[in-house]
Amino acid sequence: MKNMDYLCAENVTVGYGTRAVVENIALSLKRGQIATLIGANGCGKSTILKSFVGQLSLLEGNIMLDGRLLGRYKAAELAKKTAMVLTERIHTELMTCGEVAATGRYPYTGRMGFLSALDKEKVRQALAMVQSEELASVPFDSVSDGQRQRVMLARAICQEPELLILDEPTSFLDIRHKLELLSILENLVRQKNLAVFMSLHELDLAQKISDTVICIKDGQIDRIGAPEDVMRASYIAKLYGIDKGSYHAQLGFLELEGAKGKPEVFVIGGGGQAIPVYHRLQRQNVPFYAGVLHENDIEYPVAKALAVKVVSERAFEPISAERANEAWRLLGTCRRVICPVAWFGPCNMENQKMLERARKAGIAVE
Amino acid sequence: MRGRMQKNHFIRCMAAFILLSVLLLTFLVWSVGAGSVSVSAREIFEILLKRAEDGTAYRIIWDIRLPRVIAAVLLGGALAVSGYLLQTFFHNPIAGPFVLGISSGAKLIVALTMIALLKRGIAIGSAAMMLAAFFGSMVAMGFVLLAASQLGNMSMLVVCGVMIGYICSAVTDFAVTFADDSNIVNLHNWSLGSFSGMSWTHIQTMAAVILITMGIVILSSKPIAAYQLGEAYAANMGVNVRLFRVLLLLLSGVLSACVTAFAGPISFVGIAVPHLARALFHTSKPLLLIPACFLGGAVFCLACDLLARTLFAPTELSIGSVTAVFGAPVVICMMLRKRK
Repeated sequence: MKNMDYLCAENVTVGYGTRAVVENIALSLKRGQIATLIGANGCGKSTILKSFVGQLSLLEGNIMLDGRLLGRYKAAELAKKTAMVLTERIHTELMTCGEVAATGRYPYTGRMGFLSALDKEKVRQALAMVQSEELASVPFDSVSDGQRQRVMLARAICQEPELLILDEPTSFLDIRHKLELLSILENLVRQKNLAVFMSLHELDLAQKISDTVICIKDGQIDRIGAPEDVMRASYIAKLYGIDKGSYHAQLGFLELEGAKGKPEVFVIGGGGQAIPVYHRLQRQNVPFYAGVLHENDIEYPVAKALAVKVVSERAFEPISAERANEAWRLLGTCRRVICPVAWFGPCNMENQKMLERARKAGIAVE
Repeated sequence: MRGRMQKNHFIRCMAAFILLSVLLLTFLVWSVGAGSVSVSAREIFEILLKRAEDGTAYRIIWDIRLPRVIAAVLLGGALAVSGYLLQTFFHNPIAGPFVLGISSGAKLIVALTMIALLKRGIAIGSAAMMLAAFFGSMVAMGFVLLAASQLGNMSMLVVCGVMIGYICSAVTDFAVTFADDSNIVNLHNWSLGSFSGMSWTHIQTMAAVILITMGIVILSSKPIAAYQLGEAYAANMGVNVRLFRVLLLLLSGVLSACVTAFAGPISFVGIAVPHLARALFHTSKPLLLIPACFLGGAVFCLACDLLARTLFAPTELSIGSVTAVFGAPVVICMMLRKRK
């Protein structure tokens, strides 16, 4: 029983009326796991999420939730199994954060919706879980976006769901609050053994938090699997139609497109110290060469993304004469050398020699 | 600390309810007593308890003033709650049966029905008036919803509603102009809005309809609270959103139709009173706000009717003008505060 799929979809088509948005969806999700939808804006992520909580009827196929067809659940039963957090801000008037969170108790309260002592305790626990206990009596429309999303998450927790659906929950948040929200979410999954099905804009975060990544493109699931299998640089570029920059798969960061043309600048880098130089040259639209960099250097992927050409050496090896000569040949075609590196060691001795040679040859050195 | 805040809020709500009840009682006694023949509070109680069964005062109070004040209380309350329900439906604090043209739609159909029936020499009964008004409300509501689905923008929706209201009023004016002379006086008074000329049968019909509808509204306060968070969240909490939206419109339509059928169109009560109630009770909980709106609407309309009757006596003002004088500034203040 423990390994049974909690959510399972087969041959599902979702959409509005007769218009299919995403076809042929097949996926499964266990409790304690996070599945994340990624894809370009408007590719149908929200439509899929809405369909998986029964708010849109399926055009085709079946979804099984906890071993039962989704369509067989009554609305009140489904409300005790699934809870949602959406991107859109809700507009409340004269409601405290505690009251907003307490609306999650809806499926459990009686005809008139009075909260019992137990309900109140659950609301308190839910707010504590998202580290927002102090917000209980603060008006909801006066708190920050980050706090709002945490309260909405507490609201969802109050519903005591087994499946949590989040539609781009981090969209309005700054980086600190994005990280906070997602780490709270990770804790929740562990503590409450929830199944989480969400969509995210941030590829780097999706890669770090998800057990399964589902890529949507052209109205269908393009790829599905563990993030390390799916999120390869060339594939992400294709998925989002990126041709003006690059995506780094292992570290999950994005670089803009580097300047093109014949370089007049040579950057001698190393140890990450030249990353600001690369970015500055990119902003100024100056094409440049970089070298000699070791392939395990932290700045190697940045140089690779932005420089016209990078002269590189294998990891942990001293720079070979061959590489040094190639770099010197390229440097000879430049009018300017930039070297922010302050310390040279046995591995990059050649770079120091190259810098001195450039000075003697009368090339401007910065 | 949280417990104390809740306790404070409880005291505030109680105080607000007591304040409204005291105001309601004061205006009730004042309204029944004031007029061309003024009656003291003591006499009123004697007459009501049937210790003094004869005299003009007895007839005036039982046949004219008492039905009128009861109508003002019931219809005022119904109007405010109808506005509250529409605001919930559209997630917009400036929605109301008058600004959305729903009252005017009801007025048009009632006027046409009256003229058609009077031509055949049939006097229109209160039930038929209500049915006609309800039908008119629903037709106007249909147009508003059609506009809402196309517009998406809330201020444009209100503009659209005001336009629908003007069209309906214009057509009503045409109809009244071409009606038989004998009907015009009656119809003209009614189409301006007034609580006068209520009979006890009218009171019975409206009381039955309004009290039953109010019961259903109060029982729906739990889904209304969920709906305030938006449709998607409401659906996620287990509310059947489609059915619930229909229910909201029907309840609001019945209440505003009842008002229009008996007293004609009355402006701004539906927006101003819920807003004042929110400010007074400092809450958005439907379970508190629904009775608060009803009480508030009753007090508001009773006070406005008192002014309409007594300010330039013996000339009587139309109730709609008085409610507009007091209601419209509240709405303007509200919109200015929203801007901030």
